Amino acid sequence: MLKELLIISLSAILIENFVLVKFLGICPFLGVSKKVNTAMGMGFAVIFVMACASALTWLVQQYILVPFNIEYLQTIAFILVIAVLVQFVEMFLQKNIPVLYKSLGIYLPLITTNCAVLGVAILNITKFSAVSGSFIKSLVYGTMAGVGFTLAIVLFAGVRERLESSDIPKFLKGMPITLIAASLLSIAFMGFSGLKF
Amino acid sequence: MRGLKVFLNGLLKENPSLVLLLGMCPTLAVTTGVSNAIGMGLSATAVLICSNFVISLLRKFIPSKIRIAGYIVIIASFVTVVQMFLQAYVPSLYDSLGLFIPLIVVNCIILGRAEAFASKNNIFLSALDGLGMGLGFTLSLTLIATIREILGNGTWLGISLFGEGFQPASIMILAPGAFLTLGCILAVINLISAKRNGGNKNA
Repeated sequence: MLKELLIISLSAILIENFVLVKFLGICPFLGVSKKVNTAMGMGFAVIFVMACASALTWLVQQYILVPFNIEYLQTIAFILVIAVLVQFVEMFLQKNIPVLYKSLGIYLPLITTNCAVLGVAILNITKFSAVSGSFIKSLVYGTMAGVGFTLAIVLFAGVRERLESSDIPKFLKGMPITLIAASLLSIAFMGFSGLKF
Repeated sequence: MRGLKVFLNGLLKENPSLVLLLGMCPTLAVTTGVSNAIGMGLSATAVLICSNFVISLLRKFIPSKIRIAGYIVIIASFVTVVQMFLQAYVPSLYDSLGLFIPLIVVNCIILGRAEAFASKNNIFLSALDGLGMGLGFTLSLTLIATIREILGNGTWLGISLFGEGFQPASIMILAPGAFLTLGCILAVINLISAKRNGGNKNA
């Protein structure tokens, strides 16, 4: 079991990195990666929400959607769960851990429309619903996918901080050079696809 | 006249994926082939027209405090309809788009248009805006997919273009090719608009 979980974690972080290989969560990846600090904040907020969302959507699927035979409502149910979850997390942090709220505050509302969160919830169901220990596996996969997102966005923020000060042809400034840099980072992550177990 | 302007606005001037840079995830992920790109574009267009229409219809009844949640429920319902439709009638497309069909819900273009346009304008203009934005999205997806499929696979819509001798650069249909293609297209757009602005200043 432990070995399986390790393999799931490694593949979620490196081999099938959500941002650079699966193209989930590109909007925050391009939008909030100008500075390493903000990228870090966004990353931790995403890890937290993805872990909670994985657990909650698994429960909703197993105990509400399947027993009542309404699996076709999956998309609607999951997006509502995520939206409510984000709202609750925001209120909870504001009241109980104000320090964390202050550092994550502005990123939390943005996470509702981060497709990586809905993506991981749906992937968990298609990947693990038929195997044993699916709850733990979903939880680990969700958390580690968040770690992979954080890794990618922090690395990329480091690259972008350097791009700011370098001399780039005028027509490449801004988005074009950013995307080309992302392409190079993505090539680097393709190297991990050689990791096979 | 106003209708035509609204329609063209989405198609060219405020093209959602190439000018506003919204909805990047499907733009990069499904453009490995032209047929996938057209399928995704048209599905999103259908959702966009319907959701804009309904949200515009209900714009006076949805309380402004919970409007985002309301919009998301409306959009998610239409996405489910499109998903079931594709599964029933175009199963091959359904399989190849996979996860990205339910993810139309969190496509920022749709929620963005609901908030910026449909909640302020009448039904006719909103539906037209949805059509324009949707077709603009489809067009830019098709453009990216054309470049990637020709370079990466030597085909267009599955038709072989160059015969046996062509050695495809398969990196173009892998993940890095998506970023690279979009980066190059945006650079060309920058170049063209810079020339235009420069010309205007001289005149």
